[in-house]
Amino acid sequence: MDERERINRLRWRCTRRAMLEMDLLLGEFLERIFPTLGPAQAEAFIVLADMEDLELWPLINGSRECADPVQAEVVALLRDVRVK
Amino acid sequence: MSNSSIPVRKFDAVIVGAGGSGLRAAIQLSEGGLKTAVLSKVFPTRSHTVAAQGGVSASLGNSEEDHWHWHMYDTVKGSDWLGDQDAIEYMCRKAPEVVVELEHFGMPFDRTDEGKIYQRPFGGHMSNFGEKPVRRACAAADRTGHAMLHALYQRNVRANTQFFVEWMALDLIRDESGQVLGVIALEMETGEVVAFHAKATIFATGGAGRIYYSSTNAFINTGDGLGMAARAGIALEDMEFWQFHPTGVAGAGVLITEGVRGEGGILRNSDNERFMERYAPNAKDLASRDVVSRAMVTEINEGRGCGPNKDFVLLDITHLDPATIMKRLPGIREISIQFAGIDPIQAPIPVVPTCHYQMGGIPTNFKGQVVAPDGAPVKGFYAAGEVACASVHGANRLGTNSLLDLLVFGKSSGDSVIEDVASGAVVHQDLPADFADRTLARLNRLNTQTGGSNVNETRLELQRTMQKHCGVFRFKEMLVEGVAKIVEIEKAVARTEIKDKSQVWNTARVEALELDNLIEVAKATLVSAEARKESRGAHVRDDAPDTPENPNGRDDANWHKHTLWQREGSSLSYKPVTMTPLTVETIALKTRSY
Ligand SMILES: Cc1cc2nc3c(=O)[nH]c(=O)nc-3n(C[C@H](O)[C@H](O)[C@H](O)COP(=O)(O)OP(=O)(O)OC[C@H]3O[C@@H](n4cnc5c(N)ncnc54)[C@H](O)[C@@H]3O)c2cc1C
Repeated sequence: MDERERINRLRWRCTRRAMLEMDLLLGEFLERIFPTLGPAQAEAFIVLADMEDLELWPLINGSRECADPVQAEVVALLRDVRVK
Repeated sequence: MSNSSIPVRKFDAVIVGAGGSGLRAAIQLSEGGLKTAVLSKVFPTRSHTVAAQGGVSASLGNSEEDHWHWHMYDTVKGSDWLGDQDAIEYMCRKAPEVVVELEHFGMPFDRTDEGKIYQRPFGGHMSNFGEKPVRRACAAADRTGHAMLHALYQRNVRANTQFFVEWMALDLIRDESGQVLGVIALEMETGEVVAFHAKATIFATGGAGRIYYSSTNAFINTGDGLGMAARAGIALEDMEFWQFHPTGVAGAGVLITEGVRGEGGILRNSDNERFMERYAPNAKDLASRDVVSRAMVTEINEGRGCGPNKDFVLLDITHLDPATIMKRLPGIREISIQFAGIDPIQAPIPVVPTCHYQMGGIPTNFKGQVVAPDGAPVKGFYAAGEVACASVHGANRLGTNSLLDLLVFGKSSGDSVIEDVASGAVVHQDLPADFADRTLARLNRLNTQTGGSNVNETRLELQRTMQKHCGVFRFKEMLVEGVAKIVEIEKAVARTEIKDKSQVWNTARVEALELDNLIEVAKATLVSAEARKESRGAHVRDDAPDTPENPNGRDDANWHKHTLWQREGSSLSYKPVTMTPLTVETIALKTRSY
């Protein structure tokens, strides 16, 4: 799979989610922040994007702990996203 | 591409949609031994049903006395008497059975101390024909929809249902006699276009709330089932009826719960005025949803909206003690910061009335069979869930009746398919030679378009037009202008251009194809709304006010009927509301007041 295909698949999984909140947050993140991530963080984001919304939301709102430090970094970035 | 190059896969039945209704139907079919394919744009448990928190209604009577007949009365009244009473009786009678069944599928309902399903009160649920509130909503904490989808999905895995995930159905296949023979679909991962040839096709594609600029619906709700049905010549029923929530975050659409006003939140206009004092001197900001929504729209229309485009009002809680906000409304503060960029402790939240639920859809009977305007079933075609119009929600849906609708009509549509296949009423008919021509022409047009319109801009234009011209409060001139505008937008939709022409994971193509569906829903909604010259349920017109002759602006003499919109010529016809229930007496027309 080439880079365009990889990003497009990720875009679909970020913007066709179960909850509107998550479409907005992950979509915005993918456009603005994802391109600035290093490889480890990018991998961590892909894992997060593959989670279901009700697994991911508790991580973002802090009611559940992240599995590893890199994931925690990415979740912190997600938490800082502001959707205009 | 020519027809012969399209691969054809044969199934007994194909279901488009893997939300609550599609999964419930799939259980019937797979357990009934039919070879069944379920197509979904996303992994099943990512369907929008997950977003439902409130619960599912059933007169189990676990907490206090309840009866399906009382539930039926509430639903008829909620529908503003536009719901069909045979379908409503069927749904309310079936409710306890399908909810208990769901429990047996493994649904983790909240429980009472004795271990029964716990039931909570919900707006509009009453005992003894509207007398006093009753506890009828069954929930699994605040994740009812999520838990329900998981229970249904697991049951399907057990039954060996075959899923086609990240496939988008593009069009319905119909033959000359009008019989439905399956769908044509696109696999996103390969870009391949395939025909699913089936004896029976069930649509369970969910709602179309993305026709509005401000919507609580996730991006996936682009009304694909409605678009496909309309293009195949199926009329859409009662599309003017959309339920709105007064306080969605302006722009984002994310819901701000009623609880914020309950805790003392105040709505203000651009003059910083607490305008609800003028509209509802007693209840003020706590007036009912429709009153608040209408007041907000009036303020915006009269130039007292806020922001550069004067298109929202403000929900102010800055006067509340920050400790109260943190304690009582913690989620709301996060939502406001993330989706409005505003800390509500310091500044008010921009809000607008926001589209929430589609009452209309593909006309069906209570067996989940799609019906022609004369009531005769369309051979081989079935629908359930938000895409369908049975019609149990009529002009206004009662809270928690939607999840119930998914279970009841998901199941009944599945049972109808089994019956029709077993009796030989539907068999594999030959595909007509030109069955894929129109779809392939549409794809080809998109691939070769030059100098065309931008998909994103055109969709935004459509959404803004719907919001402005056909929102929660409707005005004659605005509707007339809106119809003209949507016709213009349709021309732009017919000329969309995408830069990416590749096959694999071409999301630009998929979004353009979704827009082809949104435009059908938008036209159906605007044209149907412009024509209905009364107020009823969620369709409220400024020129059909509350009068002694027509309380709430409802005009039964002329408008107690279902709208049917046909894509061909964008024409309208009407059919009577079914007032005769299956076994009980008619619930006679009455003014709807709470
Ligand atoms: C925020 C929110 C809260 C709600 N809360 C409640 C509540 O508490 N109680 C209640 O009763 N109702 C509630 N509702 C309404 C209710 O959730 C929905 O009406 C219901 O979940 C719709 O289910 P469905 O099965 O019809 O469709 P969905 O769950 O939306 O599923 C649609 C399916 O169709 C698939 N699909 C669509 N188009 C295509 C295509 N072209 N090709 C292939 N697949 C396709 C999708 O991938 C998906 O699998 C709520 C709605 C919202 C927005």
